[in-house]
This record gives sequence, C-alpha cells and structure tokens, in this order.
Amino acid sequence: MWKFLLPFAAFVALAVLFALGLNPNRDIHALPSPLIGKPAPAFTLGGVLNPEAPVSNSAFKGQVYVVNVWGTWCVACREEQPALLAIAQQNVVPIIGIDWSIDHATKERDKAQQWLQQLGNPYTTVAFDQEGRTVIDLGVTAAPETFLVDRNGRVLYKFAAPLTLDVWQHEFLPRIADARKASS
Amino acid sequence: VIGSGRPPSAALAALALCVLWVAQSWGGAAPGVDANGLIQDPALQGRFERITHELRCLVCQNESIADSNAELAGDLRRQVREMLVAGKSDDAIFQFMTDRYGEFVRFSPPLEGKTLLIWGAPFLMLLLGGVIVYRIVRQRSRMPLDDEPAAGTKEPV
Repeated sequence: MWKFLLPFAAFVALAVLFALGLNPNRDIHALPSPLIGKPAPAFTLGGVLNPEAPVSNSAFKGQVYVVNVWGTWCVACREEQPALLAIAQQNVVPIIGIDWSIDHATKERDKAQQWLQQLGNPYTTVAFDQEGRTVIDLGVTAAPETFLVDRNGRVLYKFAAPLTLDVWQHEFLPRIADARKASS
Repeated sequence: VIGSGRPPSAALAALALCVLWVAQSWGGAAPGVDANGLIQDPALQGRFERITHELRCLVCQNESIADSNAELAGDLRRQVREMLVAGKSDDAIFQFMTDRYGEFVRFSPPLEGKTLLIWGAPFLMLLLGGVIVYRIVRQRSRMPLDDEPAAGTKEPV
C-alpha cells in the first residue's frame, strides 16, 4: 500500500508546487510591500517645477490619491508615460509624482522639467527627491512604482511596474471606488 | 523584470563614480565619518560591515548592500551609517529596513512562526532521509544473504 501511495503523494505534492511556482502570471521578483494597510510615509520635498514651492502629501489628506515614483534615467518610466497621461485625463484622483534622483545630483530636476515639457505632465504636483530618502521610506526598489493611498492616508495598493490602462482599470479604479464608498 | 527602471548599464560606471564622489562629500560632512565613508569608531564600523552584509540589495536580489554597486544600495548604506552614528541599535536598523522592504531584505530571516519552515526544513529533510535509510537497512537486514551457507553445513574457518 505505502509503496504506491507514497510516490503518488510525492508526485501530487511536487505537481502542486510546480503549478504554483511556474505560473507564468507570477512575477518572481515581485515582493509584498509591508506598507500595505499602513500609513503612507509623510514627505515634504522641493518641487520639480518650482524648487521653492514645497510638495507634501499631507496636502492631500482626506482624499484618495496616487503617488508615482519615476526618474528621467528610467526607461520603463518613459514607456509608462502615455498611460499616465491618459489616466490623468480621466481626472479620477490627484497624482503626485516623485522624481527620483539616483545620483543625488540636481541635474535630474532640470531633466525632469524637460521631460514634463516634452512628453506632457500627468502630475497634479511633482516632488523632487534628491537624496532618495522618501524613496527609501516608500520601500521603492525600482522605478516606476505607483501607490494608492486612501482618505485616511493608508496605503491601499502598490504596483511595481510600468502602469498600463489595463492595470489602471482592473487594479486601481475598483480600489478607488471602494475606498470612496468606505470612507464616505 | 525586463525593462524595469534601472539605469542603462553603459551609464553605470559613471554613476558609480558619482555615488562614490557624493558618498565622499557626505563623509566629510557627517560627524564621526571620515573622507572614505568609514565610521571613525572601529566598533561602529565593524557593526556597519556586519549589518550591510546581512541586508539584501533589492535591485540585484542576490547581493548584499555591502557588495552592490546599485545606487539604492549606496543610499541604504548611507542610511545604516547615519543610524549607527546616531546611536541606533542593530535591531532598530533591521526594523527600519524590514518596515520598508519586508522580511525579504534580510538574508537570514528571524526565527518566528512563519519562518519556522525555512529554518526547520534542513532538519526535516535529515529526519526524512534518516527514516528512509533506516527502513531500507532494516528491510535488507531481514533478507537472507546471497552467499549464506545452507543450513546445517559448516564452512571451514
């Protein structure tokens, strides 16, 4: 009895393991964000467009909003830009951009200004993270990353890849609707 | 992830130089840190080495932040250095990192409920292997030996 049952059980166990592990829809680099359900880290940074005007997410308290981390050095961000522009046009929620200066140089700000001028500006407001500290607080590992924050300032969702309209429609819009229902 | 936002590799060397340069300029500014980014207190520097080897660089997931040239790793080293100089404990630094990046940021996760399987797996495997070997040996010890002399005959010594 054991002689047949044991190999069979082992086979089933392995098959389940492989089915879960080799699922092509599963991104093996994706990490669960410990930030989900926790208060979004508060940040106040200089603006990209106007360095003198500080940009803070506390100004958006009481609203559902999106934070998008990007950089002009980031190829995938360029890829994401058209989708972001289309999303901004829907005018569903404010989009706060955080421009990530990986080399801590202020040159990134100039490049970002150029970028927004040439490609269009999807952001309600854009912050400049020269030191990369807000990026660390957000637990960002590679740009672009997009966070959804609810009215109470809690992180609802994080998407760590270039946004697409498909992702926006299926992952963001339902959560935004729920968040508005929940806290209204 | 292909096409994710890492700087093009051609620019990496230049960026690494930039990071080095910036790290050095911080080194000059931060108290207790010399121009090479070394903490002057050797005990603190020792802890810095240990902690940064224990933290995973999340850009190149199999390198520690001590070994990685990624910009993010440089920023995380800066963070560890600053926290050490500010008198933070090792636990506080690990907590800071796991709060932001999750348990995955540590190469050796702490022994607790959900990591029990990771830590226990080698012993489980050993036990399983032991049981299998034991069963095989016991089974074989019951089998007659091929060259066992037939009952009643005696072989010359």
